[in-house]
Amino acid sequence: METIVTGILLGGTYALVALGLTLQYGVSRIMNLANGETLVAACFVAFWLFTSYTVNPLWGILVIAPVAFLVNWAIYMLLLRPLVERARNQGMLEVDSILATFGLLFLFQGLMLRGFGGAYTSYTFLADRFEIFGTFYGLNRVVAFAAACVIAAGLYLFLYHTRYGTAVRAVAVNPASANLVGIDVAKAAALAFALGGALTACGGTLISTFYTFNASMGVIFTMKALIIVIMGGVGDVRGAVIAALILGIAETAVAGLIDPGLTLAATYALFTLVLLFRPQGIFGRQQA
Amino acid sequence: MRLSRDEVWTGIIGAVAVAAAATLPLFDQGYYLAIALNMVLYAALCTAWTLFSGPTHYVSLATAAFFGLGTYAVGLGLDYMPFPALVLIGGAVAAILAGLVGAATLRISGVYFVIFTFGLAELVRQIVSYLQVKLSASMGLYVFTDFTEKHIYWMLLALTVVVFVTGWLINRSRLGFAMQIIGNDETVARHSGIDTARLKIVLFMISGGFIGMAGAILAPRYSYVEPPAAFNPMISFLVVIMALLGGTRRLWGPLVGVIPFTIVMDIVSVRFPNDTSIVIGIAFLVIVYLLPDGITGRLEQLWAHSRKARPEPEPVPVEERA
Repeated sequence: METIVTGILLGGTYALVALGLTLQYGVSRIMNLANGETLVAACFVAFWLFTSYTVNPLWGILVIAPVAFLVNWAIYMLLLRPLVERARNQGMLEVDSILATFGLLFLFQGLMLRGFGGAYTSYTFLADRFEIFGTFYGLNRVVAFAAACVIAAGLYLFLYHTRYGTAVRAVAVNPASANLVGIDVAKAAALAFALGGALTACGGTLISTFYTFNASMGVIFTMKALIIVIMGGVGDVRGAVIAALILGIAETAVAGLIDPGLTLAATYALFTLVLLFRPQGIFGRQQA
Repeated sequence: MRLSRDEVWTGIIGAVAVAAAATLPLFDQGYYLAIALNMVLYAALCTAWTLFSGPTHYVSLATAAFFGLGTYAVGLGLDYMPFPALVLIGGAVAAILAGLVGAATLRISGVYFVIFTFGLAELVRQIVSYLQVKLSASMGLYVFTDFTEKHIYWMLLALTVVVFVTGWLINRSRLGFAMQIIGNDETVARHSGIDTARLKIVLFMISGGFIGMAGAILAPRYSYVEPPAAFNPMISFLVVIMALLGGTRRLWGPLVGVIPFTIVMDIVSVRFPNDTSIVIGIAFLVIVYLLPDGITGRLEQLWAHSRKARPEPEPVPVEERA
């Protein structure tokens, strides 16, 4: 029981990061391998706001998310849009975007190492006990989970109950057809990429409240987010949330029962199962 | 086997170049040998990488995993078996891992492959560390041999030659022809009866096997082998950069990237040791935005451009047919 609750609390924040990535990959067709760096940057900004100006990280999100939105929008327009335009087919765009975002990954990582150093960083926020089913959990984790739920619900409302959100989902299903029904695909793709970055930054801010982070940690989160996205089905919001919770539980279980050093092995075991049995994702439909 | 005149000349020039490179340890055993050793190492790794990733365009980041397995094969078996046997075993273990990864991912689209290889080195490192702590209660392995840097250099040079010859033989074979078709248009390849998944897996195994052998040969350079050093993910990224910088359309393309970039990385690691990430990041961006077909691809473009004046049918670039 304790494993499951801890796992779900952890999975909630993973879900936000993965939702960001699934929007970027599912809608904008950019496999953003620098996604984890957005997350780490958000961690550091939240840390800086909290320690220098005693800004509560939950309020910090109100600053961090819009900034992340603008930065990711600029990255898409300046760096990734030219790749979309020059690509002759989906395969070429994939290779190009993978290499370009690798570049960004290392560049941002290097800049953050310069700016903040390589040391592990953390701060104390809401380090109280909170009781669920007779067991105590860190209040910061519970609050982060609740905040993640609120943000994810907001995203759901946007995607499923607004015209613009419907347009974004249409582009995810088929950019060519979306174009035919009068959707500005380029604009929707830029919006989705920026929104994805903002979501990832929200996830990063929340993670920073209970997690010890350092400048070169982004890759691990990118890896987990990628696997969640594949498990949930690319561009699938509900699938990503379910997959994130499964991954959170599996990781907690393996860390608790076998060895904390094997969390990635747990992730990979799940990934391999998905690849072998449901490569289209948990809720994905078989492609013709 | 019939050889064209070009092939004979390439062979002669190659043999002369290898012979010249092999004499280097006679002149210098210090700095120049060390940097030449790195060059030969990356020449072997990048060429082996290109065997698979060149024709398929799949960016493999599994290099560090194969490399580390090779290193570990030597570390674990040195007390029981002769070194050459261990190099072969290291290659075989890496090839088996490549086969498993390929079987899981190469049947579906290429993105899954990239994601899977992205964390593979870290995964293997976690498992190896876990097993090592569980079974032997120590983190590392001692590798004591009589080999000095010059022996390692010669062995890597020999391996590079083997990789080149293998690559050349593959390009002449049915496998190479099939890979060319797959690289140009996978649907066409499948419709003409090519078992695309199986061939990709075979090629990935060959490529991974050579990388494992390179890792095994390098093992004596470190006298103490630890998981974080053997499975250093940086190896994977450096191989991708050097190979793409040189260009992957020709077998010798990666060499053009290996030589300058090894020197650049050497300077950077001495002068700006904290900024290697930034340099690597910029290198990736330069490749994507300025040299999408590598240095050799750009040179070929210029060459084709300068010959355009003559009334000759323009050769169709490979990418155009994709």
